[in-house]
Amino acid sequence: MTAPRPTIGLANAVRSGGRSALEVVEEHLAAIEAGDGAIHAFNLVTADLARHQAGAVDRMVADGEDPGPLAGVPVALKDNLCTRGVPTTCSSRILAGWKPPYDATVVERLRAAGAVVVGKTNMDEFAMGSSTETSATGPTRNPHDTTRVPGGSSGGSAAAVAAGFVPLALGSDTGGSIRQPAALCGVVGLKPTYGTVSRYGLVAFASSLDQIGPFAATVADAALLFDVIGGHDPADSTSLNRPTPRVVSVLDDGVAGITVGVLTEFLDGAAPDVAARVHQAAEALAAAGARVEEVSVPEVTLGLSAYYLIAPGEASSNLARYDGVRYGLRVDSEDTATMNTATRSSGFGAEVKRRIMLGTYVLSAGYMDAYYNQALKVRTRIIEGFATAYRRYDVLLGPTTPTTAFPLGEKTADPLQMYLSDVCTIPTNLAGHPAISVPFGTGYDGLPVGVQLLGPALSEGTVMKVAAVVEAAAPTIGVPVLSGEARS
Amino acid sequence: MTKPAPLTRDDVAHVAALARLELTDEELDLFTGQLAEVLDHAADVAALDLSDVAPTAHAMAVTNVLRPDEVRPVLDRDEVLAAAPSVEDHRFRVPRILGEAP
Repeated sequence: MTAPRPTIGLANAVRSGGRSALEVVEEHLAAIEAGDGAIHAFNLVTADLARHQAGAVDRMVADGEDPGPLAGVPVALKDNLCTRGVPTTCSSRILAGWKPPYDATVVERLRAAGAVVVGKTNMDEFAMGSSTETSATGPTRNPHDTTRVPGGSSGGSAAAVAAGFVPLALGSDTGGSIRQPAALCGVVGLKPTYGTVSRYGLVAFASSLDQIGPFAATVADAALLFDVIGGHDPADSTSLNRPTPRVVSVLDDGVAGITVGVLTEFLDGAAPDVAARVHQAAEALAAAGARVEEVSVPEVTLGLSAYYLIAPGEASSNLARYDGVRYGLRVDSEDTATMNTATRSSGFGAEVKRRIMLGTYVLSAGYMDAYYNQALKVRTRIIEGFATAYRRYDVLLGPTTPTTAFPLGEKTADPLQMYLSDVCTIPTNLAGHPAISVPFGTGYDGLPVGVQLLGPALSEGTVMKVAAVVEAAAPTIGVPVLSGEARS
Repeated sequence: MTKPAPLTRDDVAHVAALARLELTDEELDLFTGQLAEVLDHAADVAALDLSDVAPTAHAMAVTNVLRPDEVRPVLDRDEVLAAAPSVEDHRFRVPRILGEAP
């Protein structure tokens, strides 16, 4: 059995001259034009730049050169990835119109692989949120039901792939911001091992947790994109200077002899329809030759609390740079301190202000030991808990999210309820490990369910070959209401 | 760990000032309640006895990362300054930073 590879097929058609990259990009731009009014996946569509890049790919093919493994493939970028001369806003008023003076490393690698960037996708402001509703440009809607959220914070990238606007997209995952929207939109999303994908040019939220990763319609396509963007980068001092797992080549290896632990703590908090799909995925893995058992990792239940002390702490420091001096918004005042305050108060939305204040508080004298330092110790315990489990199991299986996509507006007034939608994804970030969300049928409401596979550091190859088996056994999830005619 | 004191409206006003944020009275009330709820949820973490556990700041820590000490291209000055709200003589221009001029 071979995992489906639609994007690899598309790139190969362009490389061989069978399809023109310009024609491919025009089809996708037309789908965005026709459908994105109802979805708002994009903050910005860079149509002219995309046509220019596609033309360059076609000229390379005509000249007998190989444009690369993503030749002519349209890709969408989360709007926190820097693009030189192209606005990068993080869906925040404070960066409205800002044009970075450099490209993120992942953007350079995409171009070097022949990909065509078609635009910047909507997100929760500075990636702080789980529904894309904290965006200053308005929410993105779920292509499977436009009254529901797409998840977040990379909701625009997930929705763009789900709607067929693009075959591939990049997001960033600090506490689940790739996997959670992937699950709610019915697409594949991978959060790679911390340090395998360069963060150079990713606008920082919580630097010890942030990681860039791929969205795609299939596991193999996500693997292809990971192989393109991964690898050491001297421009990111946290980039791992060691071989990055190559994933595409092992995808069809199957799961014979693989041990899978079904994570009971994640199942306990999941809705019955979501839990049923996880059990069904576990049965499929057992039928394919894996040894499947339930496993308890009690430490993961501390993840959410620790995360909402650590991530805001890091964010409060990272976001100190938005001071109205060097770039972005300035609200003028008679002195600089008042200008800083006026700029930040006007430029940041409510969720960003909450996290900055929470982070400032937990790092302040008198509270740092009780909260922040304590959370760093919990982080150690979570890593130890996973390590114990991975001595017996190659991968862990659980739901990606406790429920399917919730209605727009349902959780916006209650930040803690919103945070709880990340309860199954956060522990992986604290541990620095890889995890992937794979669509696996629907819930009682007919909306997509995602199952999550987790592995130890640098186990992307194992995690994704298991994911390919889950994918092959997955019930279909139906066609999004706005599925693009341009799906190639 | 002893249980930290509950978050008050004055605490929120204080950290807002530290973070250079100005809040309306309504925002102060709203945020105090919301942040207190999040900290209350974190009470399970604050209550644990972890005195013998080492903290982890970075899960995949790498240390002493240095680049070769060589001259290399840097960002273009004009391109960087073009993004600034106010510029004078190739520098970022800001309002006065000290007290009233004499």
